[in-house]
Amino acid sequence: MPTNQIVIQTRELTKVFGSFSAVQSLDLMVRSGEIFGLIGTNGAGKSTLIKMLTTLLPPSAGTASVASFDIVEQASSVRAHIGYVPQLLSSDGNLTGYENLLMSARLYLIPRAIRKKKITEALERMDLADAGNRLVGQYSGGMIRRLEIAQAMLHEPAVLFLDEPTIGLDPVARHTVWNHLLDLRKQEGVTILMTTHQMDEAEALCDRIGIMHQGRLTVTGTPKALKDHMGKGATLDDVFAANTGSDSEQSGRINAVKQERESARAHG
Amino acid sequence: MANPTWFTRVSNFLTQIQAVSDTEFRKLRRDPSEVLTRAFQPAIWLLLFGEVMANVRGLATSSSSYLDFLAPGILAQSVLFSAIFFGISIIWERDLGVLHRQMVSPAPRSALVLGKALASGFRGLTQATMVYLLALILGIHLALEPFSILGVVAFIWIGSALFSTFSLIIACLVKTRDRFMGIGQLLTMPIFFASNAIYPIEIMPTWLRALSSANPLTYEVDGLRALMLADGITKYGLATDFAVLFAATSICVVIAARLYPRLTE
Ligand SMILES: Nc1ncnc2c1ncn2[C@@H]1O[C@H](COP(=O)(O)OP(=O)(O)O)[C@@H](O)[C@H]1O
Ligand SMILES: [Mg+2]
Repeated sequence: MPTNQIVIQTRELTKVFGSFSAVQSLDLMVRSGEIFGLIGTNGAGKSTLIKMLTTLLPPSAGTASVASFDIVEQASSVRAHIGYVPQLLSSDGNLTGYENLLMSARLYLIPRAIRKKKITEALERMDLADAGNRLVGQYSGGMIRRLEIAQAMLHEPAVLFLDEPTIGLDPVARHTVWNHLLDLRKQEGVTILMTTHQMDEAEALCDRIGIMHQGRLTVTGTPKALKDHMGKGATLDDVFAANTGSDSEQSGRINAVKQERESARAHG
Repeated sequence: MANPTWFTRVSNFLTQIQAVSDTEFRKLRRDPSEVLTRAFQPAIWLLLFGEVMANVRGLATSSSSYLDFLAPGILAQSVLFSAIFFGISIIWERDLGVLHRQMVSPAPRSALVLGKALASGFRGLTQATMVYLLALILGIHLALEPFSILGVVAFIWIGSALFSTFSLIIACLVKTRDRFMGIGQLLTMPIFFASNAIYPIEIMPTWLRALSSANPLTYEVDGLRALMLADGITKYGLATDFAVLFAATSICVVIAARLYPRLTE
């Protein structure tokens, strides 16, 4: 459960691509044990923010610390203390679940003596014990997501970053992933920063949410506080619309999707 | 083991290299078809090109046949061709998202690069085995004593590491598969033809001779020629050959390690 210790803090964090600001002067604070959800349409800058916090992408301006390490000056220490499940599927389909975890175990220098035990436990915890020796290419989407979470959590990081963790999953697989995430927080006390564009997901998982729009964090708070602030009977959708400008949303969305696909092709 | 922290650091570094190379090795063992089909190319060179060119005056020397001369060149060529497109598979891994998982780990980027480089050696060796079999069938005079074989293995490994790391650098610069294909093709031919792989340096015009002497592939071929053939001779000496390859590889690893993070930005 949340404590007072700050685990993620950004100060005027900014990322520009050419003349386009994907993340603009963003201030964010996440406390230990929290599940914090970033909500925003495609192209809002969520992935860009996560890539900066996971040290994949150098910021253009501003600073940020994760697990009390600076993301630029102490990038390697940040990496040792975080787990990351990217928007793309990051497990290797040509390896078995066990082999994927073995690679992570070695990269994170988990001592050889306990490697096997940790991998077995991780598979069991994610309900993948029977699938451990099968090629990941044969897994369902939900199984791959669970394997990725297992890989990201193997070294017991303080912070787990999840980028659209249930995108493309069927409702049953989504709920399974949700339950696993809630379990992880409860049992390991891990702090989670996740992105989503689904309100029900934010509501089911997040202690606090922040709405991102055009690279800025427009509002943060608990789902309840944000709804109450809007008035009686308001939903998160209403909160979202009020903070992103519902008018321009539809057209903005199509452009953003287009842009997103193009940039995925060009930059991954 | 005078200094345990130093020892631990080295062993950690090796573990992280192994993390990457082992996955490549497993994948190759599971599905060797790609490497095996690539082995047809050297076969064609030896069988068609070699047999015809052997009859060209000035290429064959009295002591050894042109096929003997050509075989190490073709071995080096197969190492070059399979390593130079290594970058494509890395861009592919980036597109899938697999590379991100390695890049967010605390492993030094140089360990990630070396893991890939080492793995490309497995491929080179698989191809070398095919070239050796073919060479035996063609009656090429191979040196088959253990020292020579070990030497060939070492040269193939470092050659694969060099050209795959070079390929990785290009991948980091161009970032997309389409652009890489173009550049890869553009680079392979000059590297191959501006070397001593298929004709002796002595018959080249001066400017090409200079280019060849600056081409690491020339030293790869020179080393292989000495080690692979029963009466093989080197022009530059094995120590020089290896030193040149080692230095070039080290430079490429340093550059690749710096550029590698660009792929997952
Ligand atoms: N490497 C890049 N180069 C140029 N533009 C980029 C790059 N990465 C992302 N963008 C752009 O930045 C914006 C935000 O992208 P992203 O962070 O992926 O949004 P989200 O994850 O919220 O959908 C998009 O318009 C996208 O096209
Ligand atoms: Mg995104």
